[in-house]
Amino acid sequence: MIMSGKTLYDKLWEDHLVHLNPDGSSLIYIDRHLVHEVTSPQAFEGLRLAGRKPWRISSILAVADHNVPTKSRELGIEDPVSRLQIETLDQNCRDFGITEFDISDPRQGIVHVIGPEQGATLPGMTVVCGDSHTSTHGAFGALAFGIGTSEVEHVLATQCLTQAKSGNMRVTVNGNVGPGVSAKDIVLAIIGRIGTAGGTGYAIEFSGEAIRSLSMEGRMTVCNMAIEAGARSGVIAVDDKTIDYIRGRPFAPVEDQWQAAVTAWRKLHSDADAVFDREVQFDAPAIEPQVTWGTSPEMVVPVTGKVPDPDSEANPVNRDSMKHALDYMGLKPGMAMIDIHLDRVFVGSCTNSRIEDLRVAANVIKGRRVAANIREALVVPGSGVVKRQAEQEGLDRIFMEAGFEWREPGCSMCLAMNADRLEPGERCASTSNRNFEGRQGYGGRTHLVSPAMAAAAAVAGHFVDVRTFYKD
Amino acid sequence: MEAFQRIYSKVVAMDRANVDTDAIIPKQFLKSIRRSGFGPFLFDEWRYLDQGEPGMDCTGRPLNPDFELNQPGYAGAEILLVGQNFGCGSSREHAPWALQDYGIRVLIGRSYADIFYNNCFKNGLLPIVLTKEEVDRLFHEATSSDYRLKIDLESQTVIMPNGDCLNFSVAGSRKYRLLNGLDDIDLSLQYSDQIREYELKRRNEAPWLFRELQSL
Repeated sequence: MIMSGKTLYDKLWEDHLVHLNPDGSSLIYIDRHLVHEVTSPQAFEGLRLAGRKPWRISSILAVADHNVPTKSRELGIEDPVSRLQIETLDQNCRDFGITEFDISDPRQGIVHVIGPEQGATLPGMTVVCGDSHTSTHGAFGALAFGIGTSEVEHVLATQCLTQAKSGNMRVTVNGNVGPGVSAKDIVLAIIGRIGTAGGTGYAIEFSGEAIRSLSMEGRMTVCNMAIEAGARSGVIAVDDKTIDYIRGRPFAPVEDQWQAAVTAWRKLHSDADAVFDREVQFDAPAIEPQVTWGTSPEMVVPVTGKVPDPDSEANPVNRDSMKHALDYMGLKPGMAMIDIHLDRVFVGSCTNSRIEDLRVAANVIKGRRVAANIREALVVPGSGVVKRQAEQEGLDRIFMEAGFEWREPGCSMCLAMNADRLEPGERCASTSNRNFEGRQGYGGRTHLVSPAMAAAAAVAGHFVDVRTFYKD
Repeated sequence: MEAFQRIYSKVVAMDRANVDTDAIIPKQFLKSIRRSGFGPFLFDEWRYLDQGEPGMDCTGRPLNPDFELNQPGYAGAEILLVGQNFGCGSSREHAPWALQDYGIRVLIGRSYADIFYNNCFKNGLLPIVLTKEEVDRLFHEATSSDYRLKIDLESQTVIMPNGDCLNFSVAGSRKYRLLNGLDDIDLSLQYSDQIREYELKRRNEAPWLFRELQSL
């Protein structure tokens, strides 16, 4: 028998195996547990009711992000329900002695931005959080996935999770994307081809020249949306960029441990002879800037394309979904994507709110103005650290001079749990990750795009191909 | 957790693909710090014609007459027949809580999103996977509120009105936990010694993983 090599996912899984159950499921150890206010209160309640305590406090980092206001925080939180959730998190962290960045902490931000930013996310870790976009952290060669509230309680109580191992899938993006095409466009193009269930049951490893060429911020954007392709986790091999990003971060290893850690991290890649259960290849130069037209991330076309016609779809269930989506989105088949006019623009979310995203967007709008038909254009930095960095670089002034609002960090209009939301029927170019019905507010219409595309759309008032926009 | 008994119930057929957890329970209801009370808001945006807010009394709200759960005669149904990739999107466990609180105990479909599928078992919900042909047959038959299915988890069968049995598979540990209403945490804590041994070994190999965050 010929033994094939191991995938990165295989290695991460084996390194965390505590016990193998007779039915094939496994008890795996969790190194980092990120906690936020929405999916944790019932877990802490369960822990108390059963008289249990967290197994390892030092594994936990908590932050309030989903509900936080992005306008001035001096007056506190207006919505009593949001306030109660955030106060409950603060109280639970005090009671159990958990490290928390509360809303007055300068490091506060979106949980998936602050983990890597603080060096709390490290290669080789298992990282979990009660949030599906935990896949983001896989960009560091970590096994990272979202969990439900019962699992949050389970990790708190046992430091472990019972899991079935996923299959191995590799998405290889060959060659390099052209100017104006970003990590967001790569991942939307992937989802557009394989569908929102294309990665179900798999851990996806993203590889190829286009992925290696991405910055850590770009890799996080790609892994962030692995879940929109149905995969609980996305992972990217460790290289120099990974290590350079982590060096010197507040929670990163220091001195002797740094060297030992780097030596261990260098092994975090798939073996050359590893076999994947499913392989998909993409040609990067062929990827154009993407815009979603429907109510699922797989409903996406290049900006040069048109709104598709449901009548050309053979599968009746898909045809009905398409018709329903077009009806909700208020679009007609055959319409050019560049003819779609917008009401709002949102630059933010755990997908695209890091410093690089803000730099790209600022570069597009510099010296220009938000179009008159845009009712509101928001920039919501991913964290307090990102916000201050951007302010030092003068990006806040570029945005405000162009007519954007410059806000405090949080999840904001990605899911509209705070005051930032669309009104019924409003149309938004959004750098977030989900265009589901009602996601950005009841009746709101979301088009997912990259930061550069969102910025260009804000200036034009409708979608434009950012590649030609640059040349103008 | 309540132990899973045999189910004999009406079947609500919901032939839609990719039903996401935002549709199952919209985000405004995620602000609750409790586990119960989500049933009246299940599928809120599809089920009612007005906009739902947490804490509101749903008894007088205008119902969407076209929505599957609102069809006459289906009150008390415990089985929901669903389209492929049901439960995709956000990891919110409020989705199975809402289904459970409404009274649904069994889902039958071709496929589910992974996180949602896991969350169902932790909340006493049984998500059954059948083949496309079997699910199509059920959609074809389950067109009236008189139609009933029997679900026997012990023998892993869906029993049709004419006596035909459709077999389904379910992981042994999950079946055991559902049938006995056992808490996952108790079961995992049986391995406490192994967890401590693992930690000790790992602390030697990779001490940086155990750095205290509090001291910083």
